[in-house]
Amino acid sequence: MMIVRLAFQSLLNRWVTALLTVLAIAVSVMLLLGVEKVRTGARESFADTISGTDLIVGARSGSLNLLLYSVFRIGNATNNVTWKSYQDIAKMPEVAWIVPLSLGDSHHGFRVLGTNQDYFTHYKFRHGQTMTFASGGPFKDLFDAVIGSDVAEQLGYKVGDKIIVAHGVGSISFYKHEDKPFRVSGILAKTGTPIDRTVHVSLEAIEAIHIDWRNGVPNPDQSVSADEVRKMDLTPRAITAAMVGLKSKLSTFRVQRRINDYPEEPLSAIMPGVALQELWGLIGTAETALSVVSAMVVATALLGMVTMILTTLNERRREMAILRSVGATPATVLGLLAAEGGLLTLAGVVFGTVGLYAGLYLARPFIDHTYGLSLPIDPPRAEEWLKLGAIVIAGFLAGLLPAVRAYRLSLADGMMVRI
Amino acid sequence: MNELAVASPLTHRKGIDPLDAVSFANVSYSWPGRSPFTLTIPGFHLSGGEKLLLLGPSGSGKSTFLSLLAGIVVPDQGRIAVDETDMAELSGAARDRFRVDHFGIIFQMFNLLPYGSLIDNVLLPLRFSRGRREKVLREGPLEDVAKRLLLSLGLDETVIATSRAASLSVGQQQRVAAARALIGAPKIIVADEPTSALDRNTEGAFLKLLFAQSEGADASVIMVSHDEGLARHFDRVVRLQDIAVSTRGAAP
Repeated sequence: MMIVRLAFQSLLNRWVTALLTVLAIAVSVMLLLGVEKVRTGARESFADTISGTDLIVGARSGSLNLLLYSVFRIGNATNNVTWKSYQDIAKMPEVAWIVPLSLGDSHHGFRVLGTNQDYFTHYKFRHGQTMTFASGGPFKDLFDAVIGSDVAEQLGYKVGDKIIVAHGVGSISFYKHEDKPFRVSGILAKTGTPIDRTVHVSLEAIEAIHIDWRNGVPNPDQSVSADEVRKMDLTPRAITAAMVGLKSKLSTFRVQRRINDYPEEPLSAIMPGVALQELWGLIGTAETALSVVSAMVVATALLGMVTMILTTLNERRREMAILRSVGATPATVLGLLAAEGGLLTLAGVVFGTVGLYAGLYLARPFIDHTYGLSLPIDPPRAEEWLKLGAIVIAGFLAGLLPAVRAYRLSLADGMMVRI
Repeated sequence: MNELAVASPLTHRKGIDPLDAVSFANVSYSWPGRSPFTLTIPGFHLSGGEKLLLLGPSGSGKSTFLSLLAGIVVPDQGRIAVDETDMAELSGAARDRFRVDHFGIIFQMFNLLPYGSLIDNVLLPLRFSRGRREKVLREGPLEDVAKRLLLSLGLDETVIATSRAASLSVGQQQRVAAARALIGAPKIIVADEPTSALDRNTEGAFLKLLFAQSEGADASVIMVSHDEGLARHFDRVVRLQDIAVSTRGAAP
């Protein structure tokens, strides 16, 4: 106890350097814990990109490919799903609901998704939240579009603006559906999912803008105006994929099997949760790199502390000699310095942890709004406690390094230091 | 625990104690290292209550002598007895405790922990010596005794109450160091040129105050210095070269 008090007083005497050292350790601890929080937050947000959907159905392909183009709007479908297959699946007794997805067009690089009103109620993300409208509402007219928050922000759109959809998915497109402009009917609130980067229109609208096209180019002989198209039958011939909700999760594998074995067309049904896990496994290497970097920052901070203690050691030889002269054993001197390292690290860990939670509390709404990343404010998990404990022990051991040197000096100096 | 028994309450004897407080017999010590310095002391003694000045030029082995006396180092040969105890027979930690029980030590300068208050600095040895703490407690609360001691050494009350050790003048620092050496009445006060940073007047005043306290506690004082002018303050003056042989240079 006395050793701790002496170490503390000695530290107070050198409070500027001590404070800076504590600060360096605190920042490194904040980084370490922060990376951990972002990691879990990102993983959970990612896993929650889509929830409540039991199966995603598309043309026969790998599960990752299907997930990427249907949910993340990355890449393209290998083939379409015929409208008949869609209706057959919808008629299966286990199926509670089905939402069609039709992709292939874009607007300034943002994908255009043809779907129906059910999409807005059945697409769930992050613990079962549904989409909400920041302004406007779902599409009512044939040429209405609902845009995600990133689309609105980056292109500066508001409700009522006219937009033109381009054929194909590149940001520069040679063919545009200029004859049939859309009106923004609603803007969705930020979700932190690919929805933010999507332009939603009705399935019929997708059919309507392609009705006079043949083989991917406009057919000049059969040009149909926007008004004429409203009177035509706009039942789609094919869609890209479909989201399926089941009445009971227990039937998931049965329905999946039946869709995979569907005789009239090669189809794939995937469970989005499983596919998301697979995908995270691929991109999760980045999180390991982050952890390694933050661990190295902690090591750097501890190294800085050792340097700090070592540099003050020379001027403290006198202090050691005084303590020796009043009966302190070399072991006390050793303990004093080791305790100093331990105290500094402990203070750094405490400040770092408190600082992280304070920062998390303050920055959370901003991060959620800007990056759509929900960071959990929960007490450190067992694993994090272990890490914090390990840092304190490492600090104590690091303090031993200069302590051993001081011990040697105090043995060699005896009590006759004259500086 | 037996060291504590040695530090029994003082009886107020006057004059020279017939028992030697310290005695050296055929002591020899070499510092380890590449250029060994060897100090040989055939015989030396310090009586109880005696005030002794040990004169020697720098490099003559004064520091080695003090390290041997205070048990920081143990002689390679011979015997050093302090209060009838051979310190070489004690373990390292016991020797450290023996030192604080029996010695009050004043350095040349920089005696104080700069971050402590004056009272903290004075009370420092009591944290390590139960015997000295108990002796002080018999006189009153620790802080009060320390304050009284500082007052009697000529520090005024406001300085004691408000100052940190680092802000004192050298003369004031040495008085605090003297108070630390004296508190709890150790038998031997060891001073390593404590007045070398003081001017003549301050020096005389410091020694007077120191001796007044050491006589009151019946402690011996051994001071090393190169300054012959201090001789008049002491009972006995010994030249280091008369009692010790120092050899320097590489051993064959």
